Amino acid sequence: MFESFKAKAEASGNTEVKRFATTSEALGFIEAFMAQEGVKDEAGSYAVWAQSPILEAFDNEAMAQKFPGLHFDVTRELAKGAKVGITQLKWGLAETGSMAQDSTDVTQRLASALAWIHVAILPTSKIIADIPALMSKMHPKEDKYITLITGASKTADIERVLAIGVHGPERLVIVCVDDLALEGVAS
Amino acid sequence: MKEGMSASIHKALENQNLAGILDRWNYPATRAKAFEGVDFEALRSKIADIKGEAAGHLDELAQTFKKNAEANGIKVFIAKSPDEAREYIANLCNEKGVKKIVKSKSMATEEIHLNHFLDQFDIQSDETDLGEWICQLAHQTPSHMVMPALHLTKEEISDLFAAETKQPLDSDIQKLVKVARKAIREKFFEADMGISGANIAIAETGSIVICTNEGNARLVTTLPKIHVALVGLEKLVPNYTDAAPILAALPRNATSQLLTSYASFISAPTLNDDGTMKEVHIVLMDNNRTAMAKDPKFKEALQCIRCAACLNVCPVYRLVTGHVFGDIYTGGIGTILTAWFNELKSAEDIQALCIGCDKCKEICAAKIDIPGLILEIRRRAAAKEGLPFIYKSALQVINNRKVFHTMLRAASVVQKPFVKEGFIRHLPMFLSGLSEYRSLPSVAPSPFRDIFPTIKQPKCEQKAAFYAGCALDFVYPDAGVAIVKILNKAGIEVLFPEAQSCCGIPHWGSGSFDMAADAAERNILPLLEGNPDYVVVSCASCTTALKKEWIKILKEQHREVLIPQAKKVAEKTYMFTELVDKLIKEKRLTPKEGMELHTLTYHDSCHAKRHVGVFKEPREALSAAGYDIKEMNECDTCCGMGGSYTLKQPEISMKMLKRKLENIEATGAEFVTAECPGCLIQIRGGLDKSGSKIKAIHPAELMVDKFK
Ligand code: SF4
Ligand code: SF4
Repeated sequence: MFESFKAKAEASGNTEVKRFATTSEALGFIEAFMAQEGVKDEAGSYAVWAQSPILEAFDNEAMAQKFPGLHFDVTRELAKGAKVGITQLKWGLAETGSMAQDSTDVTQRLASALAWIHVAILPTSKIIADIPALMSKMHPKEDKYITLITGASKTADIERVLAIGVHGPERLVIVCVDDLALEGVAS
Repeated sequence: MKEGMSASIHKALENQNLAGILDRWNYPATRAKAFEGVDFEALRSKIADIKGEAAGHLDELAQTFKKNAEANGIKVFIAKSPDEAREYIANLCNEKGVKKIVKSKSMATEEIHLNHFLDQFDIQSDETDLGEWICQLAHQTPSHMVMPALHLTKEEISDLFAAETKQPLDSDIQKLVKVARKAIREKFFEADMGISGANIAIAETGSIVICTNEGNARLVTTLPKIHVALVGLEKLVPNYTDAAPILAALPRNATSQLLTSYASFISAPTLNDDGTMKEVHIVLMDNNRTAMAKDPKFKEALQCIRCAACLNVCPVYRLVTGHVFGDIYTGGIGTILTAWFNELKSAEDIQALCIGCDKCKEICAAKIDIPGLILEIRRRAAAKEGLPFIYKSALQVINNRKVFHTMLRAASVVQKPFVKEGFIRHLPMFLSGLSEYRSLPSVAPSPFRDIFPTIKQPKCEQKAAFYAGCALDFVYPDAGVAIVKILNKAGIEVLFPEAQSCCGIPHWGSGSFDMAADAAERNILPLLEGNPDYVVVSCASCTTALKKEWIKILKEQHREVLIPQAKKVAEKTYMFTELVDKLIKEKRLTPKEGMELHTLTYHDSCHAKRHVGVFKEPREALSAAGYDIKEMNECDTCCGMGGSYTLKQPEISMKMLKRKLENIEATGAEFVTAECPGCLIQIRGGLDKSGSKIKAIHPAELMVDKFK
């Protein structure tokens, strides 16, 4: 499942898939990534991290101190000025390299739709086959706003030439974490 | 055809931006890759089933949708007419003090000219889909349903952006996209209302599904506090799981993607970022859709999922774009929707642009018989307004064998001057269409029907009735002679029923179904005389009539008496190369040994390839007969002949021919062949005019001396 997911996702345009055995390795990667992307406390360089189960696995305050531009309280203004938006996704789809987001909480959308780079955290164990499989896991009755995300924001509206990053992220970094369960860190 | 129409065709043909862009895309190849591992036939059957069933219950589904969406907190309004839809939205804007709107792509809002309507209340509505925004800046309607601004070049777009953003710009596409991002971004934050369309509306859950690649619909439905979705009733499906096959087919067929970057299911209002609750309104719009659903023929068109694949492959659309071929909705399906969402009359000019090549039908994600429905528009227009007098008389003459054949004989003597004069030039359609691109064919000195009695045939066990078709009979009699010789070698004696006459395809194609039924009735019994083992045809269009259309047309016209015999004819009918292939495989025809190999390229006539599905057999027969087949690019794209099309739409026809000739030349083959005298006339005439070395020859003549 993972291999197919990775191959399809990486073929969907400006998307990288990383895989880590443990949550702490994944967090290490995210920290390094923020440093590399120059996250700092000024508009255009913020990082916003929307409510995610993985947040329970570490000391958020300590990390925010390390990265003064990192915010866990996502507002439209912060998201607008964000270079990096971090969210945790619910399911991955192997057939198309897509991820399913429960977008009911608006901050999930702000963080993943307005930033230049979307860092998407996905429990590796939550990669399932396809949309029909997803439909037995997520239902509009519970999830008022569901988004399937496949690759970065793109267009071919001018002369059919592909251009990445129109209204949404121009880069999608998927961080698969093996020891992460759907609702938090595995026991 | 109106004067304005030919002028706009002419203008469109001068500008081949869109054709060039579609060519570079190489859609067929990228699409095939996206469908790897997917059973397209099964998938589209499923979609056709779901949406066909839904079309039968639009009212009921709309009520279920309303009930369920309202239970979730969404306000649902069912608008009968565009007026009602526009008013609802305008009132809402008024009530909420909305001054600025951002829109994501919605064909339904285009359909009711919503932006224009809101203008008069000083409400600014900005398109945010890049293509739509470009069209808005250019004050143009979309030329393509999925990629609205495909007709414009990057230079033109750069000028539009420069004027809008008041800065000098170059035409680098990547930079232009970023300019648009920056210019539109603020609008999302300032807007009081977001308006979207929807790709699917799910009755069971009261959800809408919106697909975009750019991510603008997510912002349109997130940042403003009010979200209004305008949704055509045909978007309704009963169940949540019905969305799966549509999501599997739509992006693959539309843009060769596995899935669009974003697909959102919105089922209820959610909290805004300031803690208030979003207002969500869904306007379900009828605008004649329920009337369409009640029409037994046109109901099918409601299955459309707007993937626009039918545009990408349409040889006419590619040449003239949706600005000529279509209205708000474009291409073949656009013609059909225009006839219903506007009125039949408004589709009358554009329906004539379809050449009936069936390219769209084979690729349609919803299994809609697009050319069949366009023909039905033509039929209804003809029934209501009548065919132009001259054209009608021409069709009547064709249906009178004696008169028609006498005229053809006369034509063989007079030749060119004859066909130029007056109404007579409308008669044998395949003889007309003068142009700088194509030489006229000449009528042979003796038609095949005169030559046939002089051919000596051996006595054989089996018999084949030969249906020659007008063009082969009068223009290519040598091919007829070759057919007799080859079949004799396989031990089949050829019968030529004297009473045969035009197969009725010209009548059918112009919407005169009654005259087409006359043609069927006149031919069926003569073909069965002498109880032949086979009926052989060597014209793809006539083959279609014998194998399929006669039965269909007699049924439709409620003239059922001869249907059993028509079925018999259909069962016995073979296209000539199809029969040769069978005879070779049965070892009844044996290719000579040590033949010199020649190179050949094969043009698939639309009728052969897509109406009767014969395309492998001719290639196998010709290969066995010593021809090395060099496939041309787009071997199954229409040559532009299309019966009388070449007469009615000469400019488009000639442009299609030109493209075909380029593809033929590029193979460097010695010969080009097609099992359709119409295509051969078109291609041979074109090659002759351009002074090509490649010869266009009927397959029977190519094979005549190749068997032991
Ligand atoms: S039948 Fe051919 S010409 Fe007519 S709409 Fe379809 S693709 Fe276009
Ligand atoms: S008619 Fe068929 S191919 Fe054309 S847009 Fe509709 S579903 Fe797609």
